[in-house]
Amino acid sequence: MSGLRAELAVRRGSFALSVRLGVAAGEVVALVGPNGAGKSTALRALAGLLALDAGSITLDGRVLADPAAGVHRPPYERGVGVVFQDHLLFPHLTVLDNVAFGLRATGATRAAARAAAAVWLERLGIAELAPARPRTVSGGQAQRVALARALATRPGLLLLDEPLSALDARTRLLVRSELRRHLQEFGGAALVVTHDPVDAAVLADRLVVLEGGRVVQGGTPAEVAARPRTDYVARLVGLNLLRGEAEGRVLRLVGGGLLHVGAEHRGPAHAAFRPASVSLFTARPQGSPRNVWAGTVGGLEPHGDGVRVQVDGLPGGTGSVLAEVTPAAVAALDLRPGSPVWAAVKASDVQVYPDAG
Amino acid sequence: MPAPTRSARPVTPTRPERRAGAGQGRVPLLLGLPALVALVFLLLPLVGLLVRAPWSRTVEVLTSPTALQALRLSLVTATASTALSVALGVPLAWLLARPGLRGAALLRALVTVPLVLPPVVGGVALFTVLGRSGLLGRPLYALTGFAFPFTPYAVVLAQLFVALPYLVLAVEGALRAADRRYEEAAATLGARPGTVFWRVTLPLVGPGVGAGAVLAWARALGEFGATITFAGSFPGTTRTMPLEVYLALETDPDAALLLAVLLLGVSVAVLVLLRDRWSGRW
Repeated sequence: MSGLRAELAVRRGSFALSVRLGVAAGEVVALVGPNGAGKSTALRALAGLLALDAGSITLDGRVLADPAAGVHRPPYERGVGVVFQDHLLFPHLTVLDNVAFGLRATGATRAAARAAAAVWLERLGIAELAPARPRTVSGGQAQRVALARALATRPGLLLLDEPLSALDARTRLLVRSELRRHLQEFGGAALVVTHDPVDAAVLADRLVVLEGGRVVQGGTPAEVAARPRTDYVARLVGLNLLRGEAEGRVLRLVGGGLLHVGAEHRGPAHAAFRPASVSLFTARPQGSPRNVWAGTVGGLEPHGDGVRVQVDGLPGGTGSVLAEVTPAAVAALDLRPGSPVWAAVKASDVQVYPDAG
Repeated sequence: MPAPTRSARPVTPTRPERRAGAGQGRVPLLLGLPALVALVFLLLPLVGLLVRAPWSRTVEVLTSPTALQALRLSLVTATASTALSVALGVPLAWLLARPGLRGAALLRALVTVPLVLPPVVGGVALFTVLGRSGLLGRPLYALTGFAFPFTPYAVVLAQLFVALPYLVLAVEGALRAADRRYEEAAATLGARPGTVFWRVTLPLVGPGVGAGAVLAWARALGEFGATITFAGSFPGTTRTMPLEVYLALETDPDAALLLAVLLLGVSVAVLVLLRDRWSGRW
């Protein structure tokens, strides 16, 4: 079977990584998660820079690691290319020789390696950088050099560690769509480690969300964005997420309180709604069946054209929800941290879906 | 308030910004005076050497066969011992800098012993091992009829003994300061450990190796105690410049001064030349 199949179990002190991952050839998967979730550990384990405690790694039918059978192939025998977060271009070599390095190291003559490297630079649109030293190229260029260097060895699996985080906002926009194109042309299995949901959604066909060393959710970017299963994912995609026991069109929330939802459901469920669906009032609103809670403003921050307001003490007195309102509304309602406020959400705006666990 | 500056000089961006207020401009007498004494003490002897040297005899003394012989021997042996230091010291430094090496602290302490050891003691110690009746010297002599003492090889060994630690420490420091993740990057590109060492590690610590080699060379060039103890002082074979200077002081003090100036000039010239060569960064 072509592509990557991996079961990674790594223990480091009190942290335990336990992840099952599959990436088909030609597929781009993003490994998303907060800091400390184990993304880098997983990447290092796949590259062979870190030994597995248990599990196995198979790439295109070759066993790269299987501690139970005593197999641990060193990084240089794996055929796993890595684009490191800060690129790690060799400072003593020219851009051309950086890209030629892998071919030279695996036995090509200097001339052959350089010729092949020049083709890669051409393909990535940076042929003119060939004689430059890495320290003289920009962040976006360095990223492309690092990508060319990894691709030149024709790896079966390409790992990218936060490929865009070292770039400034404007370069990032350009490089992101370009990287997407190169990854699609790559043909092997590609795994992108990132904490940025936009990078993940643009670059990857499929997301795997890692939290506390475990996979908490997987699916296409659209699926994950529509139905977050953890608070982290909900924050990532900008949704309010509540959990509880559904009884018809009512969700009995874990933290206490009730939530009227848009569809019939029974059993453990998640409920999600957009911050823009939350309306704020200074007095209790009248009218239609709504979810109405009293709370206090926890904080405000600009978000796009609007303002994100965190309302604490709801629902049911514990959690908090995010509301998105216009700057004009903030002024009219005189919202400031500590202000009492009423929040309302239409039942029809609340998505409910089963708790997969 | 900081004292007003006379001219607004742009701050060099690579330097950390100085904190205003403390320490700018005025130097406390308690620190300034000893610092000045130290500086004078270090420089005055060199000035004395230059002032007292009988410059009119320069050509005669420096072109004398004994001086040229000693200079040549010194340059050859110091260079040979430096080359040996690099060949043996870089691998040792690499070993010491490896993360997770057990007993690294003890090994490092042992390596630094020759730094604090009086060179004469080093010479005696070498004699007990490599002398004609030494631990290794006896079987060597029995087998081959060759013995190290009183040969130029002994000079090289004596210099190696005192110079090697300088190189090891300099290279080990460079290896520790180097970003080892470059080695990981090389490995993921298919480079085996040997290739990684030659093509990534060594070039990255090149300046450190250069600095270590310069230190080792300077130390070897000035070696006296271990040399005279282990190699003796035979004109043409083991009498290096420092020994020549010392002997000349008894017979012809003026010549000794000139030879000393020559030795000083050679070391300074090499240090300056190599410093420019090695301080270059990428």
